[in-house]
Amino acid sequence: MAETPEGVRLAVIGAGPGGYAAAFLAADYGLPVTLIGADENPGGVCLYRGCIPSKALLHLAKVIDESEAAASWGVTFEKPRIDLDRVRAWKNEVVGKLTGGLGDLSKRRKVQYLRGTARFEGARSLSVAFDNGNTERVDFTHAIIATGSSPAVIPGFDPDSPRVWDSTSALDLPEVPPRLLVIGCGYIGLELGSVYAALGSKVTVVEMLDSILPGVDGDLVRPLERKLQKSFAAIHTATKVKESFEQDEDFQVTFEGAYSGTETFDRVLVAVGRKPLTKGLGLDAVRVSTNERGFIQVNPSRETTEPGIYAIGDVAGEPLLAHKATHEGRAAVEAITGRHGVFEPQAIPAVIFTDPEIAWAGLTETEAKRSGKKVEVGRFPWAASGRSITLGRTDGVTKVIVDPESKRVLGVGICGPGAGELIAEAVLAIEMGATAQDLDLTIHPHPTLSETIMEAAAAIYGTSTHIHRPRRG
Amino acid sequence: MVTDIKIPELGENIESAEVLSVLVQAGQKIEKDQPLIELETDKATAEVPSEASGTVKEVLVKAGQSVKVGETILRLESADEKEAPSPPRASPPSRTSEPSRASEPSRVNEPTEETVVSSQAPSRTAAEKTMDDENGGPGKAPAKSARSEPKRPSARKSAAPKPRPPAPEPLRLVDTPAPEEDEETAMPPELGEPAPAAPSVRRLARELGIDIHQVAPGRGGRITEEEVKSHARRLIAGAQEHEAPGLSLVRSGVPDLPDFSEWGEVEREHASKIRRVTAETLSLSWSVIPHVTQFDRADITEVESWRKRMHERADTSGAKVTITAITVKVLAAALKVFPKFNSSYDARTEEIVYKKYVNVGVAVDTDHGLLVPVIHDADTKNIMSIAAELTDLAERARSRKIQVDELQGSNINLSNLGGLGTTYFSPIVTWPHVAVIGLGRASLEPVYLDGAFTPRLILPLSISYDHRVIDGAEAARFLRWMAETFQEPMQLALEG
Repeated sequence: MAETPEGVRLAVIGAGPGGYAAAFLAADYGLPVTLIGADENPGGVCLYRGCIPSKALLHLAKVIDESEAAASWGVTFEKPRIDLDRVRAWKNEVVGKLTGGLGDLSKRRKVQYLRGTARFEGARSLSVAFDNGNTERVDFTHAIIATGSSPAVIPGFDPDSPRVWDSTSALDLPEVPPRLLVIGCGYIGLELGSVYAALGSKVTVVEMLDSILPGVDGDLVRPLERKLQKSFAAIHTATKVKESFEQDEDFQVTFEGAYSGTETFDRVLVAVGRKPLTKGLGLDAVRVSTNERGFIQVNPSRETTEPGIYAIGDVAGEPLLAHKATHEGRAAVEAITGRHGVFEPQAIPAVIFTDPEIAWAGLTETEAKRSGKKVEVGRFPWAASGRSITLGRTDGVTKVIVDPESKRVLGVGICGPGAGELIAEAVLAIEMGATAQDLDLTIHPHPTLSETIMEAAAAIYGTSTHIHRPRRG
Repeated sequence: MVTDIKIPELGENIESAEVLSVLVQAGQKIEKDQPLIELETDKATAEVPSEASGTVKEVLVKAGQSVKVGETILRLESADEKEAPSPPRASPPSRTSEPSRASEPSRVNEPTEETVVSSQAPSRTAAEKTMDDENGGPGKAPAKSARSEPKRPSARKSAAPKPRPPAPEPLRLVDTPAPEEDEETAMPPELGEPAPAAPSVRRLARELGIDIHQVAPGRGGRITEEEVKSHARRLIAGAQEHEAPGLSLVRSGVPDLPDFSEWGEVEREHASKIRRVTAETLSLSWSVIPHVTQFDRADITEVESWRKRMHERADTSGAKVTITAITVKVLAAALKVFPKFNSSYDARTEEIVYKKYVNVGVAVDTDHGLLVPVIHDADTKNIMSIAAELTDLAERARSRKIQVDELQGSNINLSNLGGLGTTYFSPIVTWPHVAVIGLGRASLEPVYLDGAFTPRLILPLSISYDHRVIDGAEAARFLRWMAETFQEPMQLALEG
């Protein structure tokens, strides 16, 4: 293990899953670390306004759904009564527990946590502004920018209006609107749309591109789309919002494209993506450059064009995913401490926490087609899985994408309940350079959904136990 | 817009080259197609022209460096899009020790959310994002060379190879990564060809300064810790396994040179790429092929007088009919009559590979070393066109304008040292050929003909051959056939 160099002082700007992970690792390696975040405790968007609260609410949505589904298995529940204040309090408890834990971990590691806003004064110093108007200077030898991203806004919807929501305000659960329009069918729009649909809103989603979750393999999206068609009031793809009038209590929204017409909504949730957050950071004072889309330019060690200053997470480029930020943060700290850290994953898993969930890692079929890469795909429909039948959920699919020659696993895609948990095995397989045979020969516990990965791998050789589809030729 | 200029395809089977010279420098304005660097591949030189006009931002290679096809050589600021002038830089980073509180609070505003004026595009989904960017984000590595790297302990020392005085090739170390492509143009990472190594093994390789892609996989096609470590040991020992097969032969088992300076002054000169490739090729050939050399004599009195007549005529077209050109024709004909001499021996499959085409290489002595341009399909060409082609190839070989593919694909080589006065010699068969022909200087000799000694012009012929494929009697017949054809050129029309 490399020895941590003397005299290094690290400042980490932004306390999300990238920033706090980097700060903690640096502290574990013995560096003095200052971590600067906007909230009372570390956590960032992920814990306060993103991953964690949305997953808590999606869990709730799933419980509501399943309690309805149980009627067909012979158990009938009363129609759920929603106490929104209690739901909100529970969500806040979840957030508080986790962020409080991080605050505690910071103290134990002797990470100096400053709640404020940082700005570069030069290549080796920052000033941190606090809510009370005071500022504090922080000198460093190395800095990591981990300021993340913020929801993008679109013209025609005043972001200051209380009736125009972004993901942050939607997660605050101000109310359950009778009619909710979600603009954007990326994962944020569909996840939050699912939450409000379960809580009782009539949810309409609109997407400019031809399908929901553009870019995701169609066979993974289809089971979700079929389910959402039941839970959402309408899904309008290839459709744009032409104009919108905010009235006293609601919106008149006119659509054009594949669907056209004018409808009334009580609230509008804008979920058209996120953009990197560098404004106010004082990048002018340092030689950190950004690209035309606003992302900070970094090298494989995540070092920016200013030596000694690193950037990780959403602000350093796509994909905008917490786990990517965490690993980049750790790579940056390893580079700073002379451990040759490089961010070079073979696969970054992506999960959409709808019901069913969609998860994939590595190469997708869409991408293989686009780049002209030849692949073989082993597919296992969940209708053939014992476990999914016991769950009453046979709508899923698991597929393994391999190199036709070496049969090396290049990508895995899963749609179905728990796909987000299952994909971890696939990421490990890809990172370890496993072949379809390795997955096939590895004993998976029965009866579990993880068997679907094993069977999809076996399907490459035409020898899946529970489907009969002999290999051609 | 910044464009990365890369090493283009250099020709079949050519993966790397050496930078001979860099013709531009950072800050220089260049035109499209202006030569940027000069490269030396195994046997030829080539210039890399610029794909666009603009200003050189950064030159990432230097003379003497080995580069691979696809490697970025420089970054070009395209002329068509002007970048806003960068704001004046703050004074160089200084580490003031006393914390000052000079910053005014008014400057440190909460980062406000900038309004994105975009269409209703639901942005890019996580799917696209993942794809975009799997291996390293919009990574644009600034050149590291000129930078001070703050506090990076040299943990590499243990693995770094010992400096050897005439370092043959700089070792490739992974932690000076080549700048990546621009995000917009960046292709998704090639997921099909990642190194078959676990993350922990890839990290070990990084720590040892080894490019994981250079490590040969072990059992089951996977690279484990063991493979990385033994690769490192080999690197330290100075033998790079991934180099051409001949290179290890050049180096293996060769003891260190004595210290010549004990006995007087010496000077060391870095062997050119051509010299090194010649050394590799000949070491390989000599060690693989069991050589035998035989000699014969051809009476070329008649041919020479005919040649002189033709020579004058040919002069008008620029081509010179030489004994070499005639010999190429004779040799090509001989290869049709004796197909075994136009073969290769596949030791792995224990097969003889007969070639249905006749390509003859002709050794050319140049100022920068031995080059062997190839007359392709020599059997289908007449002496005049062979002569014209030879003249052109030799000229361009000497002026280093020859293309790489003009140096590839020969089945047998011809070496004419006659111009320098040699008689008989034993040339080395270039693997994977099975024979090589040598010509010496023709001289007038008394030959006993029809009861009297007559002055005849005699050409010394040498043949070296691979005894695994060819036996002595066959070689004798082959060389005799050539000699007789010089004497009876009609044999060309009859049998050739």
